[in-house]
Parts: sequence; structure tokens; C-alpha cells
Amino acid sequence: MEDCPKKGEPQSSPIATGADWTFDLIQQYDSELARIAAEYRLDTYPNQIEVISSEQMLDAYASVGMPLMYNHWSFGKHFLSNQQRYQSGQMGLAYEIVINSNPCIAYLMEENTMAMQILVLAHASYGHNSFFKGNYLFRTWTDAESIIDYLMFAKHYISKCEEKYGVEAVEEVLDACHALMNQGVNRYKRPRPLSAGEEEKRQEERAEYIQRTLNDIWSTIPQQEKSMEKHTERFPKDPEENILYFIEKNAPLLDTWQRELVRIVRKVAQYFYPQRQTQVMNEGWATFWHYTLMHKLYDEGLIDEGYMLEFLHSHTSVIYQPDFDDRRFSGINPYTLGFKMFMDIKRICEEPTEEDYRWFPDLAGTDWLDAVHVAMKNFKDESFILQYLSPTVMRDMRLFSIVDNEKNAYLEVDAIHNDSGYRQVREALAAQYNLGNREPNIQVYSVDVKGDRSLTLRHFMHQSRPLDDGAAEIVKHIHRLWKFDVKLESVEGENVKKTISCPKSSEKDKPKQGALIGMA
Amino acid sequence: MSMIIDRRLNGKNKSTVNRQRFMNRYRKHIKKAVSEAVNKRSITDVESGSSITIPRRDLSEPVFHHGTGGLNQQVMPGNKEFVTGDRIKRPPGGGGQGGSGNGQASDQGEGMDEFTFQINHDEFLEFMFDGLELPNMREKQLHEMVEFRTHQAGFTTDGPPDRLNIVRSLRSAHARRIALSGGTRREIRKLKRELREMEVQPGSMDKDRADVIRAELKELNGKMKKLPFIDDIDLRYNNFVKVPQPSNKAVMFCVMDVSGSMTQEIKDMAKRFFILLYLFLQRSYKQIEVVFIRHHTAAKEVDEDDFFYSRETGGTIVSSALDMTKDIIEKRYSPNDWNIYVAQASDGDNWEGDSSVCSKILVNGLMPLVQYFSYVEITDRQHQNLWREYETIQDGYPDTFAMQQIKTAADIYPVFRKLFEKKEA
Repeated sequence: MEDCPKKGEPQSSPIATGADWTFDLIQQYDSELARIAAEYRLDTYPNQIEVISSEQMLDAYASVGMPLMYNHWSFGKHFLSNQQRYQSGQMGLAYEIVINSNPCIAYLMEENTMAMQILVLAHASYGHNSFFKGNYLFRTWTDAESIIDYLMFAKHYISKCEEKYGVEAVEEVLDACHALMNQGVNRYKRPRPLSAGEEEKRQEERAEYIQRTLNDIWSTIPQQEKSMEKHTERFPKDPEENILYFIEKNAPLLDTWQRELVRIVRKVAQYFYPQRQTQVMNEGWATFWHYTLMHKLYDEGLIDEGYMLEFLHSHTSVIYQPDFDDRRFSGINPYTLGFKMFMDIKRICEEPTEEDYRWFPDLAGTDWLDAVHVAMKNFKDESFILQYLSPTVMRDMRLFSIVDNEKNAYLEVDAIHNDSGYRQVREALAAQYNLGNREPNIQVYSVDVKGDRSLTLRHFMHQSRPLDDGAAEIVKHIHRLWKFDVKLESVEGENVKKTISCPKSSEKDKPKQGALIGMA
Repeated sequence: MSMIIDRRLNGKNKSTVNRQRFMNRYRKHIKKAVSEAVNKRSITDVESGSSITIPRRDLSEPVFHHGTGGLNQQVMPGNKEFVTGDRIKRPPGGGGQGGSGNGQASDQGEGMDEFTFQINHDEFLEFMFDGLELPNMREKQLHEMVEFRTHQAGFTTDGPPDRLNIVRSLRSAHARRIALSGGTRREIRKLKRELREMEVQPGSMDKDRADVIRAELKELNGKMKKLPFIDDIDLRYNNFVKVPQPSNKAVMFCVMDVSGSMTQEIKDMAKRFFILLYLFLQRSYKQIEVVFIRHHTAAKEVDEDDFFYSRETGGTIVSSALDMTKDIIEKRYSPNDWNIYVAQASDGDNWEGDSSVCSKILVNGLMPLVQYFSYVEITDRQHQNLWREYETIQDGYPDTFAMQQIKTAADIYPVFRKLFEKKEA
């Protein structure tokens, strides 16, 4: 710390030293940060920095961080639980919330000290912001330009529905949709960009159209004799993994406004989909940059040792990783993993060891700034770990992989941080961040179009892992939207392991005539 | 350039709507939690807010998750002694390190099975008294409206100077002047026209006629000037009328037996009951007075401390207290002005010959005066003679007389609810 004036850079005196912040100081530091960030080629959306109080922070928490959101009791529940935990001291508030929008909105808490405000600016307004703008998932899947507009549309639309059809009716649909949120995203198709105005126009046009085409699917009575062939054809032709989409388009008895609600939840889910896939990278990137930017500020003499110590203190607690046997352990800390990996990429570029040359021949000795930018732009958590997790980081975090097979009475350590285990640990960790593995794979399998209109969903089991107990509840929710019988089959290979149906009674009166004929 | 905005002045209660929705949705649960809280509360803080606890499973928002079982692989940090191939005993419960991959099971320790949050004082009372109503309130409002509030009701031509309405007065003066001067002005106009015509046609100028006209005009103008600018009949006064108002004053009589048989425990229960009643009345009436009357063989009006905590011994003559209540009502609380509620608590003991006297006082004197008379017998024994006597009164006044028995502290709130349950009209 003593050799502060190093590198012979133009040494300036700190802009501020005390704990109190002012808008003027924030402005000054922000422009310094912007200058340095540009030197590091951080490309960002314009920043909109909003200073809020802790109560407002709690509000923001409750509506998934968005500045505006439609009303729903579950947000109230989150609000109450956060408030309770915050007031009883079990939980500190995040120092910031940042929203993937253009301009990029970052919330600063008024309780933060000046040093913390600088840290938050660096972390959110330059770290996260550049990630939102640069990462391929965000570029392809979300519309930073229009999300606020869309939420505005959604909020108005939903409150109009509430006026017209009653809060309860709206909540029933929203509850069901929220339960299926994770099953409401397109994984492979880029959704159409949306703007509020278009959305409204389109919504009206679609209203009629849907009602017309739907009737086509279900108007079976006149042509029943003609099209005996078609009886065997499955509907949908291919299984559909976006359950909400399927329901929106095909549920026979939904009103137009209910379909619109399904669509709104679907769009919101789609917006958050990239965030769920880039937790490690996003946080790692932001942490890496606040670390780098703060050091740069210090090197230039713009902040003093006091700020630096305060920064390091909160930085270390952010990236603290409790061991697996620690009471505080709750999984791998994405900040830690991401930060270490980006730091390690920099290290591999600047000071490669012999091992690094073996593992990362393309990386070792190249320009680190290029390397981290490439990594940020082109990967998601799963592929990022698979590509960049180095033996150094694995050793450093002492990662090991455990296999838990239901059939055995014990757990087995199948790989640790040694030469024979590196690849295995890395693959296992990457798989852990694969949403496909993490979330059950559930798809719309078939609809009995000509018969009782029952809907069959299939859960394709991953490594024979069953669904948890909540599943029956969700099937009920699906039934609420579909309004005819719903069945959820857990399938392993070709065998149906378990079936949940709603209403339950359809199980009992199985030996109905229709069913028997169907089986023959 | 970044934009820095100070949002601290914006509303901070964006979540109020959602919070309200949540509370409505779980009304049943919250009500249950409130009733439990009321019973558990110490007497003094029965009206503060409360933390409400609801079992977490009742308000879960389900999403598809992997359950436990099947084949799981998980990477953990912080290896200390393991090497490849080590076998570890499965931790109990299937949670913890080997458990589900989604981390839900492992990071939620104990204490997460319950969902706890705070409600404030008003909300607490609302849930506490939800579905209860004060009996016979409507009747009072319709029949005996004796309190008045003044309302503005148009204007009058008569009144004290401080109610003079200047705008109205000037307006009617103006109207009067127009009305009264109509004929004169018409004449003036006619004469002026004639005069002007004569002036533009100098040939037919008739000097005498012109002079006559001028003289007439002068006279008419003078007449106009004599019209008073404002006159007595122009004056308008703001009019106020008295509108009868339902009385919003209530008096609550707490009558309690403090004879030797009443232990401190019984008195505590009685106190809780009285407090509940007080809070409940407070929601309906702006102004409430409380009169404490305690009695053994003789009744005495006391202050709150004495009422609950001073110890007395001796026999019990309930009628003394009822007599005193009646006296106080007659002296200080005219039923025309006051809504009168009497709550009596006792362990049921009474001197044998006195119970019939009690019922006589009630039927002849007290019942017609009061809004509601509630009697709670706090005893876990058999009903005493007072109870049997009161039963006959209840038959006579099913709407205004109510009695219930409290056996343990847990009964207080349910009994209270029973007494004030909304009755289907």
C-alpha cells in the first residue's frame, strides 16, 4: 500500500475521502470510470443511475428487480418475506440492482458510503452493463430497448383485465402461468422483437384470429367420417417443450384475454431466460471489472487507501466461498467461480505456466483484454466452464465431484482436483450449469383431439431423477388452463414410470368404454 | 454521459397493492394466526401489531423441480481429505451435499418451514374483529337522533349580520334596481331619441319642446338617482340548519365482582375481555368513556388500577352494582346522547336472595336504557344461581342481552366472537 505513486502515471489527489456521498461526487467518479472503462474497451448502454432508499430497494426486490411490474400476490409475498428478513437483520440488502434495459438502469442505495457507491457503479454500470450489451445470449434473446415499454403494456393490460373480469379470475391464470414459467421459453428460436405499440395492435388482431383457428382444430363433428386416416395422427406432430406457448395457442376453452396473460408471462420468462443461463459469467464479469477498475482508480490516485480498504473488505465478502462442510454452504458462489475464472484467464494470458500451455495453447501468452472479451461475448455458463475452467482454479477452490446413485447406500467421490480428475470435475461442473439438466425436461406429448381432449405431458427423466412433490400441484394448474383432463407421465426410455393426472377421478373410472376401445 | 437521478422522493410503497393481495388471499390463515395471537398476548399489548406466521407449504408457488432420487452428480468446493473412489455415508434426509441438484433442499435450514411477516396495529384489529358487529347500532341511528350538526342550507332574508352574504345581497340589489328603474329608463330613452332627432333635423327644431324634454330628462335622471343602491330587502343571509346526527359517543360500563372468590387469574381473564370490548367499541365510536364499577357486597365506582388490582374480600351482592350502574346512567349518561354498553364479569357467585333482585333491576331499569348487555361467567364449575336467573332475561331480550361462559383464557376470544357475531338480518 505504501508504494502508491507507481508506474510514473500522472498522480492526482483523491477526488473524495470521506464516507458521505454527494451527487456531484458520483458524477465525477462516474466520468472517471467511464474514461477508464473505455480504455478497457467496455462497450455499454448509456447509464441511468438512480439513487433510492432502502424501502424502495425492498420494493424493487419484490418485483423481480424491474422498475415496473404487473400486480400479483406472489410479489407481495416476496416483499413481506424480504422485509421481515431485512428488519430482523437476517438479510442485508444488495448494494445494487441493475436492469438489462437501454438505458441500463442501476439502483444505488442512499445508505451506501461513497466508496461503496464507486464500487457499485463499477460493478453494475460498467460490469453488468457491458455484459448485457456484449453477451451473445442477451443480444439474441432479449430486447433491452423495449422491455420497459413491454412491461408497461403488460401492467396496463393486466389491470384492465382485473377491472373487467375480477382480480381472482386474473390471478388464477397468472398463478398457473407462473408455475409453468420455466417451461415457457423458446430455447432455440429467436422471439420476435416487441414494442408496446405493436404489441397492442397485434394483440387485437390476434384476438379474432385465434378464436377462429381454434374452432377449426376442435370442429370435428362434420368431417369425422371422412378423415378416419387422420385419427391416428398425433397432435401436436412434434412434442412441444414450450408448454405455455402450446397452451396459449391451443387450449380449447381459454378466452382471448386469458391467452394474452399466458403470453405476457411467457414473454417475461423469455426475458429472464438468458440471466438464468449466465449467472456465473455475468457476476464473474462484473466482479472482475469492479476489481480491475477500482485498482486502476487507486493507481491513478483518484481514491485513497481508506476507500481501497473498504472496497477490499466488501469485495472479499462478496467472493467468499464456504466449504462444502461449512454451515453456511449453499452451493457454489457464482461470484467466486466467475471472478476466479476471469482472473485466471488474465493470468494465463500474462504469466502462463507450463501447465497452461498444455491446457490452453490458444490462450497462453495472448492479449488478456482480447481474451476476456471473447469469453464474455461468446459463452454461457455451461460452455464457459467447459472451455475455461483451468486446473489452477480447480485446485484453488479444491473442487471435487460426488456421485449420488439412489441404488447405492453411499455417495462416491468420482473425481477430485488432480491430473486424472480435472476433466471430469470440469465436465460435471459444466453439466451442473446446464439448464437442461438442472430443470426437468417436460414436453407436451399429445392431445386426444378426437376424443376427450385430454392433454398428455411427458417428463423425460434425466438420469432417472423423479419430479419432486410439487408436480401434482402444477398439473392441477395446467388443468386449470386446459380445462380438460391432463396427464403427466414420467418416462424413462420407453417405460412410463409414474403418472400424475388431474382430475384424479379419471384414474378410477378407467374401465370406461372409450378407454377400452382406445387401447384395443 | 450517465444520468444520475434522485428517486428517493418517489413513493416507496410500490408493493402495497401486492401486499394487500397477498393478505386477502391468505385471509383465512391470517385470521387464524390473529386469534391465536390474541389468546397468547399479554393484556397490555393486545392492540399492537403482530407477526403472523403461516406454514410455508400453504403458500408455495410450485415449479417443476427434480426430486430426490435417481443419479446425481454434484461438484463441491473445499475438498480436504477425499481422494477419487472414496465412499461417504449418505447424509440423513437425502438433503445436504448429496441431495437434489437444485440446491433448494440444502440451503434452507430449519425455521424456513414457516413464513413470518408483520402486520400493523390497524390490520391486526381488522383481522381480529373481522366479521363482528356491534349489535343494535342501526336502531339507535334511526330512532334517537339527538345530536346535531349544522349544515349550510341556502339563504334567508333574515339573520344576524355575521352571516350576511355580500355577493348575494349585492346581486339582489342590482336586480331590484334594474326592475324598479325599467319604466323610467324606457322613458329616458324615448325622450333622448326625440331630442336627437330634433337636433339632426335643424329645420323642425322646436325650441320649447326641446326645453320641455330637457327638463323632463333632468327630472327622470334625478328619480333614477333616488333609487337606493342597497335596501333592506336586498340583504341575504347564509342559512344554516341543524341536522340530527347519530350519536358517536359511547360509554362502556365494566362491572366486575371483586369478592373473595374472584382470584387474580379470573380478574385477568375479565380484564382481557373488557379490553377486547373496549377496542371493538373504539372502532365504531369516536368517543368512548369507560366506567369501572366493582362490587362485593357494596358497589363502588373506581379507577382502572383499583378496578383490576385492589383486593377485596367479602360476600357478593350483584344487585348493588347494577343499581349503581343505573344511577350513573341516569345522572351522567343520558341514553339520548350516549350509546351504552354494559359488560359484566363474575365467577357466578351471588348471595342467594339477590339474584331475583338483579333480574328485577335489569328488566325494569337497565335493559331499556342500554344498547347491549353482555355477561360473562368466568368459572370452570357448574353454573351458579346468577346464570340461571339471567337465562330468563336472555329469553326476554334476545337481541340486547347476551351471556357466555369462559372456562380458560383460551376461551376469551372465541366467546367474544360469539357474543358479537354478525347476525343474519
